[in-house]
Amino acid sequence: MRYHPHTPEDVRAMLDAIGAESLDALFRSIPQRLRLSRPLDLPPAADEITLFSELRALSARNDTAHPPFVGAGCYAHHVPPVVDQLLLRGEFFTAYTPYQPEISQGTLQALFEWQTFVCLLTGMDVSNASMYDGATATAEAALMATRVTGRSKIVVSAAVHPEYRKVLATYLRSTGDEIATVPFGADGRTDLAALEKAVDGETAAVIVGYPSFLGVVDALPEAAAIAKRAGALTISVTAEAVALGLLQAPGALGADVAVGTFQSFGNPVSFGGPAPGFFALREQYLRQMPGRVCGATVDKHGRRGFVLTLSTREQHIRREKATSNICTNSGLCALAATIHLSLLGKKGLAELARLNYARGRMLKDALGRAGIAPVFSAPAFNEMAFDVGDAEAVVARLAKRGIAAGAPLGRWYPELPKAKGALLCVATELHTPELIELFAQSVKG
Amino acid sequence: MGNPTGWKPSMEKDAKTTTAAHAEVGAGGATRGIVHEEPLLFERGSTGRSGVSLPAAGGDFDPARELPAALLRGGVEGMPEISELEVVRHFTRMSSWNHGIDTGFYPLGSCTMKYNPKSSEALARLPGFANVHPLAPAELAQGALELMYRLERALSEIAGFDQTTLAPAAGAQGELCGLMLIRAYHQAHGNPRKKVLIPDTAHGTNPASSALNGYEVVQLSSGADGRLHPETVKAAMDEDVAAIMITNPNTLGIFESHIAEIAEIVHAKGGLVYGDGANMNALLGVARPGDMGFDVMQYNLHKTFATPHGGGGPGSGPVGVKAELAPFLPLPAVVKEGERYRLVVDPKERPQTIGKLREFWGNFGMFVRAWALIREYGPEGVAQTGKLAVLNANYLRKLLQGAYNLPYETDSLHEVVFDDKLQKAHGVTTMDVAKRLIDHGFHPPTVYFPLVVSGALMIEPTETESKETLERFAAAMKAIAEEAQADPDAVKAAPTRPFRARLDETRAARKPILRWSPGMKVE
Ligand SMILES: Cc1ncc(COP(=O)(O)O)c(C=O)c1O
Repeated sequence: MRYHPHTPEDVRAMLDAIGAESLDALFRSIPQRLRLSRPLDLPPAADEITLFSELRALSARNDTAHPPFVGAGCYAHHVPPVVDQLLLRGEFFTAYTPYQPEISQGTLQALFEWQTFVCLLTGMDVSNASMYDGATATAEAALMATRVTGRSKIVVSAAVHPEYRKVLATYLRSTGDEIATVPFGADGRTDLAALEKAVDGETAAVIVGYPSFLGVVDALPEAAAIAKRAGALTISVTAEAVALGLLQAPGALGADVAVGTFQSFGNPVSFGGPAPGFFALREQYLRQMPGRVCGATVDKHGRRGFVLTLSTREQHIRREKATSNICTNSGLCALAATIHLSLLGKKGLAELARLNYARGRMLKDALGRAGIAPVFSAPAFNEMAFDVGDAEAVVARLAKRGIAAGAPLGRWYPELPKAKGALLCVATELHTPELIELFAQSVKG
Repeated sequence: MGNPTGWKPSMEKDAKTTTAAHAEVGAGGATRGIVHEEPLLFERGSTGRSGVSLPAAGGDFDPARELPAALLRGGVEGMPEISELEVVRHFTRMSSWNHGIDTGFYPLGSCTMKYNPKSSEALARLPGFANVHPLAPAELAQGALELMYRLERALSEIAGFDQTTLAPAAGAQGELCGLMLIRAYHQAHGNPRKKVLIPDTAHGTNPASSALNGYEVVQLSSGADGRLHPETVKAAMDEDVAAIMITNPNTLGIFESHIAEIAEIVHAKGGLVYGDGANMNALLGVARPGDMGFDVMQYNLHKTFATPHGGGGPGSGPVGVKAELAPFLPLPAVVKEGERYRLVVDPKERPQTIGKLREFWGNFGMFVRAWALIREYGPEGVAQTGKLAVLNANYLRKLLQGAYNLPYETDSLHEVVFDDKLQKAHGVTTMDVAKRLIDHGFHPPTVYFPLVVSGALMIEPTETESKETLERFAAAMKAIAEEAQADPDAVKAAPTRPFRARLDETRAARKPILRWSPGMKVE
């Protein structure tokens, strides 16, 4: 066993030093009747060659020959090899939470840079060191809003990612806070009249997608104005963060909290996880922020350095009074995103965002030529719902050709009249003009 | 051991001499080398550079023409503008300021910092795993689903549960999941109940998860032997108690030998028993929480099954349950129908589910790595892991006894907790010892946790460390104990070798600077 360095002689010598008869004797504090008296029922050990052939065969049963045309909260983008090679440096890769700052300055400075990137892209003052994912970041933002405002009603747009709304419901079930869901209009934007009606003096927060689950650039400034009048916080949710290279920052449009995922930067889709959830907010709410945060300071010789800080909000100090129960977060995923964003830089990010916008438009035109129209008319970024007639049938048909075609909206919005036909599709820099054309022809059938 | 690099290996041979006499090299091999200062990305000041290669868009789609101007931004101000090599150097230099498992021994108690196999990294990066979309049609994702199915079966078997959900993102979310299951179970029996019992040795996430799930926390005192006693539980147990949360072995590394009796007491009043499985490494193949009276337990795959979590994550916190809790499990589940695998995502198929805990299906990338390790180990390897982890901890305990005070004499399993009682007499604290270990080239143990031990030094070596490494670590610890007597100021001045000396944490908290902004100054 290559990961166990112990020779039989080592084991004997160590047991002798300890004064134990055998390895089993080390477990005498476990009553005999509580011990397992048989081997575990697991497949027999595999050598490295067997392991690789087995897992290669398993991975080959996932058809990933074509980049997916489905996004819906998880986006296939090009990850430059630089990202992975730097990420895999053992000094980053095999460290843990930087509890000992003197030997964790690499991690800490990278986290400080991550926090800065999150703030720059979202237009917020402060960011934490990452969350599990966009959905839990959204739920934690809602909980934070109830603490900040002392109110208990969360108003959420139906165009916010359905998975995020489900997680929100799970988290809020035991706190007894109320969730009111506001529909979206025919153009795909949150119905502002309905929002105005739903928001009242008990509302802690208004949650809007940006871009929304429907791919639409939602009416964030208008929603924020409504929230503000009622004394509620505005939470913007972004799953496709490349959009923030083209669109106004949520912070510039009135959001008080910006959450979501930076999976699009440096992280593969990996069947949906892990990915770096982000959490950014205006400074006045800092003391209610969940999760770890890295701050700048000096060492005893006055040299700049970084530490984890403001930990009196956290579970290891505050226990049941903590702002959240989160401990382990998504550090490595955040590092991957940070490296990718450094490579992109100002120019590269703008270029990547325009490229994604263009490929989305190309998809719309190609499908348009095939007689397939978008469902919603509001401005979009790289993702759009199209009326394909029978969305589930199209998905099934294209699956036979090895193409993940899109997300049928009927799965999440069965009550929506247009849902049966609506297929949510994305195009990123990975979808070449030729592939987009081929896709459009295939969807047409 | 030879001396191929020419450094003086005398420290481990002659632990009685203090580090001062051999300042060249610490017991862990630490010495000085070249490290580079490196500014923040945002302080580089170049313009016009970029480190990516992107295709032309094709077509003529100009957002400035097509979208309302109010929606657009002119580019993200403050973003760095640097070339690929500059990025590579930036992060390579920064990495050299870090200590990871790949650098050296990392006995951070409760965190199970074992070697993270390189094979697992190669496997998780196979295109079929890395590039499969969570909403791909099931027929394009059969391999991913089969892997999840098999991992679920293996985890249920290893901890002795009927079913396991892979959904939770980390240990703390697993706790929250388990508590939600408990609440749902009681609710289904008519009353969610009000309280959760938690021993004073528990990790902070236990009370935090209970509170997040709306339960009042009742703290129980552990006994003089470091164990929770049935009388204590009996006295606190009533029909308002939803559950007890127990870490076994507990955070002192001590097995809760009364677990079966405690479980009986709790069950007799209709309560459930939650197991914090963060310390599962100690029990692998030897004993199973499901056989001891636990109804539900979270794994920490990033600890027990060696998935990387550099810088603080990601984790993965699967939760195993007994059959009576299975109807409440979160979505999704993977089911096998004939030769096909399918995700259950519709609550109609699980009407009592607590719902969804996170987006999509869990931290799949971690599942690949954990499964690879279980496959490579097989049943004997998994069991040997637990045994060697316990052997290593007991060996270190033996080596350090006398030099450090052992607050609990009770048997240790996978970790051992010392304190600074002997060093305090000379004004040297646990924090000083920790910082001095850094000079030797070791990552310090977990410090000041568990809270029941004043000045705790919580040491968890894991099974992947060799006898010699443990001996070198013990030599460093002993050298520090002696130095604490002979020259306490030298210990208190530590660390002297890393890139930065002790950092001013008070300053960081009092005047928080949490991001770069133009003209940033830290003084
Ligand atoms: C005993 C114990 N319980 C729970 C946790 C929480 O797990 P996680 O950090 O994966 O959320 C930890 C580790 O951090 C732990 O050591």
